[in-house]
Amino acid sequence: MVSILLLALPFVAALVALALPERLGHVRRGMLPAVAVIHLGLAIRLWLGPDSLHGLRPWLGADALGLLFLTLTSGLFLPASFYALGDMRRYAEKRAAAGISERMYVVGLFAFLLSMSAVCLAQDMGLLWVAVEATTLATAPLIYFRKSPGALEATWKYLLVCSVGIALALLGTFILAAAASEVGQVTLRVRGLAAIALDMNGNLLKAAFIFLLVGYGAKMGLAPMHTWLPDAHSESPSPVSALLSGTLLNGAFLAILRGADIMQSAGLDDFSNGLLRLFGLFSMGVAGAFILGQRDFKRLLAYSSVEHMGILAFGAGLGGAGLFAALLHAVNHTFAKGCLFFTAGNIMFRYHAKSTLTVTGVRRAMPLNGALWLAGFVAICGLPPFGLFFSEFTVLAEAFADARYGEAALYLLFLAVVFIGMLGVFLGMLRGEPPPLEEGSESSAMALPALLSLTVVLVLGLGVPEFLGDKLMEAAYIVDNGFTSMPGIKP
Amino acid sequence: MTNTALDYLSVLFILSNFALLASSRLGLCINAVTVQGVVLAIIPLLHEFEHLQIASILLCVVTLAIKGYAFPRLLRAAISRAKVRREVEPLIGYSTSLLIGLAMLVFAFWLQSRLPLTHGGEGILLPAAFFGILAGFFITIARRKALTQILGYLALENGIFAFGAASLSEHPWLLEMGILLDVFVAVLIMGVALFHISQEFDHIDADRLASLRDPVGES
Repeated sequence: MVSILLLALPFVAALVALALPERLGHVRRGMLPAVAVIHLGLAIRLWLGPDSLHGLRPWLGADALGLLFLTLTSGLFLPASFYALGDMRRYAEKRAAAGISERMYVVGLFAFLLSMSAVCLAQDMGLLWVAVEATTLATAPLIYFRKSPGALEATWKYLLVCSVGIALALLGTFILAAAASEVGQVTLRVRGLAAIALDMNGNLLKAAFIFLLVGYGAKMGLAPMHTWLPDAHSESPSPVSALLSGTLLNGAFLAILRGADIMQSAGLDDFSNGLLRLFGLFSMGVAGAFILGQRDFKRLLAYSSVEHMGILAFGAGLGGAGLFAALLHAVNHTFAKGCLFFTAGNIMFRYHAKSTLTVTGVRRAMPLNGALWLAGFVAICGLPPFGLFFSEFTVLAEAFADARYGEAALYLLFLAVVFIGMLGVFLGMLRGEPPPLEEGSESSAMALPALLSLTVVLVLGLGVPEFLGDKLMEAAYIVDNGFTSMPGIKP
Repeated sequence: MTNTALDYLSVLFILSNFALLASSRLGLCINAVTVQGVVLAIIPLLHEFEHLQIASILLCVVTLAIKGYAFPRLLRAAISRAKVRREVEPLIGYSTSLLIGLAMLVFAFWLQSRLPLTHGGEGILLPAAFFGILAGFFITIARRKALTQILGYLALENGIFAFGAASLSEHPWLLEMGILLDVFVAVLIMGVALFHISQEFDHIDADRLASLRDPVGES
């Protein structure tokens, strides 16, 4: 029942937001945080006990893996909705003058929440595909929201790269179904496929996984299919960038993990894990190359997302504890990147610029956001005391434990390159004299969503709470049945 | 009898892809994609010729409505608003495209012989589907106009649908409806984006949409 409500709530909200007349615009805005709070409450309800699904069981279900990503979606949507509320208010005059309506923005955000919830709850590879494609469609109007030529270009690239990418994932899904029907089964359910995976033809499964990985990988931002990502992130409004980076990419990762689950059940995890590690390291390397010398700080954050998706794929490809660390890293990255994009939005509002050459002296002009920007940098680069340190370190430790020294060395090298590239940009923005700015000061209310996200990453850095550690282990066990326990987490 | 009909439809599917590869006239390309849509609507009916179910007929009608009617209308409206009739100077020329298309067709037949699929083994629908996927993918990258890229995406999607029709006989129709709906909305949104591109830039050349890039090489 709760799972159905999780889908029904944003669906109804989207319809209402669409129907409300323009003079009730403030009601439409106000719906955002209200729906976000209820959605998060429903997601938390799923942590407390099992959910009765009646006839929908084969299609939907909140297993540990889906629930984890669902909570990330809800958890970031909440600060993002408050931020979007303030963002709409402060840009209201400018946007009204440009004739930009907020209607499609709010509707798009609800549609995004709906499709992401469906991605997380889907227990059927076909439904999963429909939901992932729906996230693309829901976010396209959000990226185009500012209606500038740049936003249009970014939207076009996003639509084309992701639609063609996801079409390949559909082919992968059909090959899975064909492999199942070869052994006399008509099913696309994740558990159903995993149960018969050992009987299915190995070559068909391998072909299916390649298409799933390349298709959903395009959506996840794995290099070399990541080309849409920097454009879309730099052109969309900041709360949308935060949601794209923090949740949309996770959704595609979840889809890949569902495929990896089936491969593991078929005993083909050597093949699938090898591919995951390859794409992971390659993405980290490509991100590093583009972060060095980057002059647009929103693009910089986008490439940082490519890097972190690489870490997720690499960790997942190590299996076992690496997979556990990858899932923990997804949690950390979601909130760290949320903090950075929220802060970036505040800086952009004050400076009216995205270029690191124009934006200097943030520490002086905006002390609060300057502090958040610095803390966010420390967090995203995986330095203590933030949670990313622990998850990145665990991935490295697992690579060493598996005796993959070459890959571990590359992993460290790329982390170092990214660190050096980001250090220069962040310090350059924080230090020095600010350029002449308009009168005004930073809003402390607009810093709250970033502060909230950062607190989550900080708490996770001090220690993984037991309930989360257990859920992460359960989720890792779903994908990798060989995984038993995570040393150092549970006493 | 159904098998012969299936083969004729598969040949039609292959020919329509060749038309897409070889023609510069956007109107003709739209017709080719429409033919594919109609073929895809009929094929599932042939599979269960003796015991037709309401769900299958419904699916056929919806496919016809979306792929055979809505898409061509939408795309035609787009070309008349953007005032383009032809794809001039494609990134890869038409005769080269045709030759590459032939090579892809040979590859598609070879691929079928290598794949351990018994269900779609008889007939030529499976290689036709592979060919459609390859050709669609090729068109999306080898053409300049944003509209031709949409056509390429549709051809790719049609190829994947044909693969589904060839190798899966009993699939839940609800799922197919979901997929159809997604593709429909995707093309709708692409159409809207296309309209905005033609208004904003006075052209719909996707390769000239290149203002967003990284500062590489300048220091």
